[in-house]
Amino acid sequence: MSTTTSTLPEGFILPDFGDAPRTTRTVQTGEATAVTTTTSYDGPRKMAFICSKGNLDMAYPALIMGNAALGEGVEVHLFFTFWGLDIVNKKTNDKLRFTMAGNTAMHLDDLGRVRPGLEHASVPQALGNLPGMTGMATRMLKRQMAEQDIPTVPEFLDLLQASGAHLYACRLSFDMAKMLEADLHPGVEGVISAGDFIEIAQGAQIVFV
Amino acid sequence: MPTNTLNGRSFAVDEEGFLTDRDQWSEELATELAALIGIELDEEHLAPLRFMREDSSRTGVTPTLRRMQTVGGFDVRALFGLYPGKPAKKMAWLAGLRKPVGCV
Repeated sequence: MSTTTSTLPEGFILPDFGDAPRTTRTVQTGEATAVTTTTSYDGPRKMAFICSKGNLDMAYPALIMGNAALGEGVEVHLFFTFWGLDIVNKKTNDKLRFTMAGNTAMHLDDLGRVRPGLEHASVPQALGNLPGMTGMATRMLKRQMAEQDIPTVPEFLDLLQASGAHLYACRLSFDMAKMLEADLHPGVEGVISAGDFIEIAQGAQIVFV
Repeated sequence: MPTNTLNGRSFAVDEEGFLTDRDQWSEELATELAALIGIELDEEHLAPLRFMREDSSRTGVTPTLRRMQTVGGFDVRALFGLYPGKPAKKMAWLAGLRKPVGCV
């Protein structure tokens, strides 16, 4: 069996399979010469957020942290997948809701006025399932966010876009939801696959929400 | 409290270098500070700084980029263009204010 050594022809474009070393560093260590190759990323700081939830309270963490990162000069990428796609869908992103159901950290500040200490008590889970409770909880959260001058989700996306964030919709979720490109927030750069996102996220600190 | 001296001008700063006494600020100082980070301070650059000083004199805190947009009417994209990288921090520093603490 013979092995053929092949060299890349001049100008040949090879896909990046990740196994070709990007930088080769030769380190002189005494008598021996050690060659260390590294494919690590050494560019500016990057952060990538994966937004997988479509509840109002789960939309905000990545938006707020992403915005903060942009303000720190960090390159920011946000990937919206599964229910998180609702955050960048113009038909849904102003209607995201917050539910008390399943949230044991739900407290009501006003109850402290009824009896001191009650503001720290967890609201009974059964209450969250009553008709109208999700609507009420959503209005309450929206009011509290507005009091802190936190933008609504669509406005937040505008702010992120203006600040230079890169937004992507997940191809699989997009196809599953039979979504239309016209419904995507204009800041979304593309509908990309998970693999595309992993490539884009090279060297980034990844935050999954 | 540390003190910075630039071109014969001294001013009190915190451990990160932000001015601690807003009254030690002047547009001349801002111009000299801007030169240190490679920014030539023209009217376009000065407008947001003036707003920040005026706004913080009322609220007591350094406005965030979001407030610059909603209250000051500045375009966030333009601010990133004028002060690349960390606009809120650069502008707070140049306006002689403390580092902004707001999350949004």
